[in-house]
Amino acid sequence: MGNASREIMRQARKQVPEWSPSQVHEALAIQHEAGPTNQEIVLVDVREKHEWDEGHLPGAIHVPRGYLELQIEEAVPDKSKTILLYCAGGVRSLMAGVTLQQMGYENPISMSGGFGQWKGNGYPFVQPRTMSEAQSKRYSRHLLIPEVGEEGQFKLLDSRVLLIGAGGLGSPAAYYLAAAGVGTLGIIDADVVEESNLQRQILHNTKRIGQYKAESARETLEALNPDVKVITYLERLDETNVARIIADCDVIIDGTDNFPTRYLLNDAALLANKPVVHGSVFRFEGQLTVFKPNEGPCYRCLYPEPPPPELAPSCAEAGVLGVLPGIIGLLQATETIKLLLGIGDPLVGRLLTYDGLAGEFNELHLFRDPECPACGENAHPENLPTYAEFCAVPAR
Amino acid sequence: MSTVRLAPVLRPSVGGSKQVSAEGNNLGEVLNDLFERFPTLKEQIKPDGNLSRFINIYVNDQDVRYLQGLDTNVGPTDTVILLPAMAGGCNYGLFAS
Repeated sequence: MGNASREIMRQARKQVPEWSPSQVHEALAIQHEAGPTNQEIVLVDVREKHEWDEGHLPGAIHVPRGYLELQIEEAVPDKSKTILLYCAGGVRSLMAGVTLQQMGYENPISMSGGFGQWKGNGYPFVQPRTMSEAQSKRYSRHLLIPEVGEEGQFKLLDSRVLLIGAGGLGSPAAYYLAAAGVGTLGIIDADVVEESNLQRQILHNTKRIGQYKAESARETLEALNPDVKVITYLERLDETNVARIIADCDVIIDGTDNFPTRYLLNDAALLANKPVVHGSVFRFEGQLTVFKPNEGPCYRCLYPEPPPPELAPSCAEAGVLGVLPGIIGLLQATETIKLLLGIGDPLVGRLLTYDGLAGEFNELHLFRDPECPACGENAHPENLPTYAEFCAVPAR
Repeated sequence: MSTVRLAPVLRPSVGGSKQVSAEGNNLGEVLNDLFERFPTLKEQIKPDGNLSRFINIYVNDQDVRYLQGLDTNVGPTDTVILLPAMAGGCNYGLFAS
């Protein structure tokens, strides 16, 4: 250390009070007993990120010395609080204390000896989970968003989403969820890729015609993001397998192609307490909502019975603009991410409608039926009809 | 006179329009007016004489079951939406995936 820095340190020691690690330890213990509403002391770690990643004091917030002036006022808006600063050895925290005093903070204190002495005393510390360098690069645009950050990205990596169908809605939804780093994607689809699918089902391509859609999906998704594990179910959802297949997921994306499956899925999701993100499209229009058990309506609240076939033409009969399921599928992925991260307002009890030709989005307020046989007061979702017998078209 | 908007699958019954005007001071009267003018629509959604359990109706974006049902007042600036069940795709269903 040169003469000038020694002088800076001498001045800092005169200005900024210091506490030993044992004094800090005792003060934090007293505060912990006092409860969450009496938090007068804020613990701030001013070291670099790689030091923080190797371990830090429990309950500390991280404001590196290089960003102190820029970030501290947002991190600790109340300048009357006691701010306990620490670094590796007690030098940088003293200088940080001087800066805080200059910024009007009334009570910054520096921990002498720093993290090194804290650990030496045998006091507890936490080691955060860290992302690989490759992941930090891949997800960098997520990490910059306050509502996501590292914590949110880890949540996504730990999440499991089940997609019913790898077709028009499932394709864009799965693609973007994989890009976002949702760690496990389950895809149930018994169909194979056909040429007419390729106008909208972008997970597949010409070389995959004849291949199982779920397997084609897996190839595409794992190539996009090696962090994502894709589990395929080459079967149709029915009463014998639905409980098993949905058991481990956090959110279900409904891209089904028939009414009986929608009713079956609804009831099973209610029994297993899983939210279902529902989407549908017809020509130039699409719709989207989130069925969240116990919070909003379920599918049967809206439609106790299916319509007759003449009111429900298939996309093979009526057609659909290829981009439409792209839009709705992407909105399904968005709602899924909101549910996984616990951010924003998921479309629970709200139906979002999109009219592509008019370029309009609208919203309808859905009704939760207190007498619904699936989710109402006297609900019995385990033994309700799925109307398979109504649906005269045989399953493919 | 209020505005009635129809889901795509119902539009052929009213000559293909996305929306039509209808007379009536409440929802029941508005629907009766529609059914008189468009008997095919009536056949589609009211086959037994009662409103089908696969059609939902919204007045100003609120499900009428939250309002006064068929007695819900409807005025000149109000919009009524008729929305049949959302469904499935390539085999059988209203809305496809």
